[in-house]
Amino acid sequence: MKKNKIEVKDLDLFYGDFHALKDVKVGIEEKVITSIIGPSGCGKSTLLRVLNRMNDLVEGIKITGSVKIDGQDVYSPNCDLVALRKQVGMVFQRPNPFPLSIYDNVIYGPRVHGEKDRDRLNALAEESLRSVLLFDELKDHLRDSALTLSLEQQQRLCIARLLAVCPEVILLDEPCSALDPYSTLKIEELLQTLKRDYTILIVTHNMQQAARASDFTFYMLLGEMIEYGETKQVFTSPQDPRTEEYITGRFG
Amino acid sequence: MDTKTKEKIAFIILLIATILVVTPVALIMLLVLINGLPALTPEFIFGSPREGMRAGGIFPAIVGTLYLTLGTAVFSIPLGILAAIYLNEYAARNWLTRTIELAIINLAGVPSIVYGLFGLGLFVTFLNFGASILSGSLTLAIMTLPVIITATREALNSVPRSFREVSFSLGASRWQTVRHVVLPNAIPGILTGTILGLSRAAGETAPILFTVAAFYLPRLPQSVYDQAMALPYHIYVLSTQVPNVSVKVQYGTVLVLVLLIFVLNLAASVLRTRFRRRKTW
Repeated sequence: MKKNKIEVKDLDLFYGDFHALKDVKVGIEEKVITSIIGPSGCGKSTLLRVLNRMNDLVEGIKITGSVKIDGQDVYSPNCDLVALRKQVGMVFQRPNPFPLSIYDNVIYGPRVHGEKDRDRLNALAEESLRSVLLFDELKDHLRDSALTLSLEQQQRLCIARLLAVCPEVILLDEPCSALDPYSTLKIEELLQTLKRDYTILIVTHNMQQAARASDFTFYMLLGEMIEYGETKQVFTSPQDPRTEEYITGRFG
Repeated sequence: MDTKTKEKIAFIILLIATILVVTPVALIMLLVLINGLPALTPEFIFGSPREGMRAGGIFPAIVGTLYLTLGTAVFSIPLGILAAIYLNEYAARNWLTRTIELAIINLAGVPSIVYGLFGLGLFVTFLNFGASILSGSLTLAIMTLPVIITATREALNSVPRSFREVSFSLGASRWQTVRHVVLPNAIPGILTGTILGLSRAAGETAPILFTVAAFYLPRLPQSVYDQAMALPYHIYVLSTQVPNVSVKVQYGTVLVLVLLIFVLNLAASVLRTRFRRRKTW
């Protein structure tokens, strides 16, 4: 039994009067892929954004309970937000490279964190691009605009940009929803190799993707955690009838 | 009536409206060009007024307007851009912010003579800057601020939200995000709006009437505490205060002011088109 990287307890979240997350409790192991599934508006993305405090940008939000990463409470007043965001990185639904060169995109993070050494930046860029299997393809085009890349390459680039700040946890918010099935498969393969070094959480609408690509699955409905367990078990013998209804496609 | 006839009628009405709008502008420009072009000699542009401003040149007025525009830029651009960044990127959405925003919108609608009187009261009299380039520039700057703030906020808003989110998610602070992601992508839009604001200031008469404009001052201003002639006020003087000024001199002065503002607006347009071409998201 590996130790838990992320420990969420009694988490409640309100947007104004709307109770978006209800008493969520979950422990997530290190270096596994966990998928969060559930119908639209059930709080999947909200839960994901609790973990790197991206919800802070939303006004009128209230959060109670505890969220610990490596035993450190993310919402305690002495949590260093910059350190947290470096530790817990995020990949968004639509590939969103900056309108800069491929190279400048990858080293954006290290640069704002004060890295000035050319050699080290170059090494980081190469290493990050290698991890997402883009380096050999693009090594002669690093000065080209990132917007010339295909959507799949852009999404890989966004993952590389994230890896360059050396995170431990990677949150992916429906990372494949803008991609075709073949590109989706390639990203999933990439996640399998990244699993060796990173703890990965992926929000997805795609049931097959959750079944194929994750070790653990977390099913949410209307802000509540309905079921959490090993993916194989959740998909073959769900404990809750509501999970079964969803994964067999009776609604959602 | 069938669809085709309706379509024809709509087309004709819209076309007529457009022609009605364009015609006066074209006529004014034509009139100014025909009457003003013969006046544009080197002596007219680089000389000082003579014979009670009925002959000679308008150089002091050109220089005065350039100084005032520059002074306006120096005071209003940094302040306007910084305030816009604060309002757009930092300020919480509460009643105070909304009140400030409402105030800025209303300031943009205040008649320019009111700014002139405000400048007279605050800068000329109370702060004792006298009627000077300093007072005039500050007055014009205050008048231009709402335009610059509004244009800057529009430019900042046109930068996709997702850029900010990514930047924050990579651990960048708010200022780093503004500095490295938001501003570089907003600068062309900011420049365009700023130049348009300045070109409006360059052509204003009322705000400089009591704060800087000299009736007749053939020597060039020596410091920011000097009065200066300015093109818009000079046109007013030539057409109402001095008898027997030739039409050529009047139109020549108008043409110089129009050309000056045209150059500023052209620069703004060029920037905007270049910005559009580069914008690919």
